[in-house]
Amino acid sequence: MSQNNGNGNNHHDDFLQELHNPDVPVPENMRSAVAVTSFTKLLDSIYNWGRRNSIWPMAFGLACCAIEMIATAASRFDQARFGMEVIRASPRQADLMLVSGTVTKKMIVPIVRLYNQMPEPKYVLAMGACAIGGGPFKEGYNVVSGIDKYIPVDVYVPGCPPTPQALLHGLIMLQKKIDRQSLGNPNSTPWYGRGPGDEVPLPVLGPDVFDPRQVHVLGRQAKAAQAAADAPEAEDTTA
Amino acid sequence: MTEQAPVAETQNPTEHALGALQARFGDAVQLDNRDGYTGLIVAPEKLVEVAQAVRDQLGYDYLTSATAVDYLGKGDHLEMVYHVCRTEGGSPLVLKAQTPRDQATLPSLTGVWPAANFQEREAWDLMGIRFEGHPNLKRILLWEGFAGHPLRKDWHEAYYEEEHKPYDSRWPEGKPFRAEAFNPYGKNVQYPADFDPAAYEELAEKAIYEDVPLGVSVRHDLASERVVVSLGPQHPSTHGVFRMVVSLDGETIQALEPVFGYLHRNHEKIGERNTFLGNMPYTDRLDYICSLSNNFGYAEAVERLLATGRRWQAPTRRAEAIRVLMGELTRVLNHLFAIGFLLNDLGAYFTPMMYSLVERELILDFFEAVTGSRMMCNYFRFGGVAYDLPETMRTTAALMNDRVRDFNTMAYLDELINERLPRAIDQADEFLTQNEIVTNRCIGVGVLPKEDAIALGAGGPVLRASGVPYDVRRAEPYSLYPELEFDVAVRYHGDIYDRYLIRIDEMRQSIRILKQILGILRETEGQPFFAGTPKYNVRVPAGEAYGRVENPKGELGFYVVSDGGQNPWRYHVRSPSFINLGALETMTKGHKVADVVAILGSIDIVLGEVDR
Ligand code: SF4
Repeated sequence: MSQNNGNGNNHHDDFLQELHNPDVPVPENMRSAVAVTSFTKLLDSIYNWGRRNSIWPMAFGLACCAIEMIATAASRFDQARFGMEVIRASPRQADLMLVSGTVTKKMIVPIVRLYNQMPEPKYVLAMGACAIGGGPFKEGYNVVSGIDKYIPVDVYVPGCPPTPQALLHGLIMLQKKIDRQSLGNPNSTPWYGRGPGDEVPLPVLGPDVFDPRQVHVLGRQAKAAQAAADAPEAEDTTA
Repeated sequence: MTEQAPVAETQNPTEHALGALQARFGDAVQLDNRDGYTGLIVAPEKLVEVAQAVRDQLGYDYLTSATAVDYLGKGDHLEMVYHVCRTEGGSPLVLKAQTPRDQATLPSLTGVWPAANFQEREAWDLMGIRFEGHPNLKRILLWEGFAGHPLRKDWHEAYYEEEHKPYDSRWPEGKPFRAEAFNPYGKNVQYPADFDPAAYEELAEKAIYEDVPLGVSVRHDLASERVVVSLGPQHPSTHGVFRMVVSLDGETIQALEPVFGYLHRNHEKIGERNTFLGNMPYTDRLDYICSLSNNFGYAEAVERLLATGRRWQAPTRRAEAIRVLMGELTRVLNHLFAIGFLLNDLGAYFTPMMYSLVERELILDFFEAVTGSRMMCNYFRFGGVAYDLPETMRTTAALMNDRVRDFNTMAYLDELINERLPRAIDQADEFLTQNEIVTNRCIGVGVLPKEDAIALGAGGPVLRASGVPYDVRRAEPYSLYPELEFDVAVRYHGDIYDRYLIRIDEMRQSIRILKQILGILRETEGQPFFAGTPKYNVRVPAGEAYGRVENPKGELGFYVVSDGGQNPWRYHVRSPSFINLGALETMTKGHKVADVVAILGSIDIVLGEVDR
């Protein structure tokens, strides 16, 4: 904060102001020291402050984008400035899955498994055109057109590969997202709900990859597709 | 420790071989006299014998590339194409064997050149050619159970639109559409009509473990149980999504089976739909650390085809100088990276890497200033390069430290090549070469004997660290290399330590080349960087070509077949990382599981290139 002249007070004031409930009057001269707020808001601010500044990514590189991810972690761009330098090899210790590269059908199975193994709260950042939608390899027969076909994604960072600056921007966006989550709102912090969350079922490598959640419709669709292909004059089958 | 490799011979290898082989095998060996083709067509029954003669009598001991082509509608056969070389140098001899499309079967050449092992499995997986006598004919890039052999011309992927790009229109009548809209499942999948997912039993994993030895090995003193461990695909030391299934006796490796395909992005299928020029950006993504030298290899291959046409102008001298500049900078960058990664694998987590990346950023800034992108440069064109070097460059680096200024490009290069890079290499040498941990863990570990290295087709630093002075830049010189002064680095022990040292040697040789290139760049300042007029759509004469360059990781080859159209009929990448992995089991057997990681690091693979 260069405009602070080094004393850091502005930042402190901003923080109090944000916390403060404007309906409660506080005398002018005490505004820099006192904020009246609700218990949840206070708790949220501490809880999220801790979480946003210690996001541990999983060491998980898929393709070309992973090289830029490594560059982001290295000294020039230095992702340690955001408390994200603790890169864990185990999904059990990780908060953030950076899907950095092309997701293939063969790889989607381990990815979903890793995602299931990460403890809540967990976040997914799709880095690069490939992870977002298949990218340059979209038509490839072994390529999944976007990781979000299987697991939920929090932040998308476009590029091929995104520059380290873009990735940092994405990580800051993730921090902003975390800031908005509130313990008072069970929808934004579902991991405190009742019971364990649902696991994402593992895709299966059959004649082509398939999602077990779709078992009941796939056979039917395959037959319909075949029938449409056999009768080319019945053009319009885009359901 | 360097040695001058012999320069290429001049006699046409095909004619020489034809005479010798026909004398012995008669009609079983024919000259391939299709227009634009070279090499010998061998009758399948005699293939193994001919191959043996080619190896033992003619001295072609090194199989570089083996791949299949589907000539659907052009004779309706599948053709296996082998490129074999002599390790003394010279251009490759091309052998071909044809087989009908249904019931495609050929004898396996793994007995003659063990390097054929993975490449034949790939041909089975993607083209559906069965190889009789192959020890382990399983799918390699896809999984067991996958429907069909995708590189066959009549196999269509789920998002199939048309045979060739450019596609007619992505917005008929002004309405854009996406491929998903035409797929009944809304995503990139398709199933055979009789497919019943509820009853499907998965084969993929089972097939991987099928022939990994399990069970109790009874030695005279103690009975220890064998354990099978799956390393990867998510593992911090597999350099991406590589997987190894190792069978351990205690901690000692008994058998190791690499599992590929976790990054199989279908380069070749996509490449055959693309236009020739449209493949250039895809080559960037093969070995994504060395995108510019991949460009080099592809340009080299297609230019060989173009050179057989009439209106072809070879790249100008300035273009060649820029190409070599890019190629050698990439080599330094790659080797710095490789050494950083190797140290990572030895347990020096990320610190040496940080140092490698400092210099890498300087090189990337230069790439960005010249080509517009840090990593995916897409810079080479058939006949030259896309742009000249800019006079000045302003880099984002300059914005992040206090030296916010425009650099004169040549001055920047001067400093980079004469000071920064040599200093970084010396620094790595000083801190690592005598480091006790490095020496203890590397000397004598993961030895690849010379004979095995040649037989398994290992290339690049892996081959040269085993005492074979084979370097494409000297064996079959291209571009400006004949006139440049440099030595082929060679080391003789074939262990991890030598593979580390050879990278240091090679970087020093690269600096030597780069210094000469600086002079040529100054000399050619202002001269054209492209011969002729740049065209979006190049007409490539029908025929085949195999272009190869010495990539930092080994010999990168592109086998391109053109039928005279806008798109390659066949586009195959002979990737050094993939074939170098064939030597992994030999290197690791008998070592401890912790060494596997270091051995893998010393081969230096990039998954984008392994799986393609
Ligand atoms: S988005 Fe581009 S750089 Fe990233 S993995 Fe895909 S092809 Fe590679």
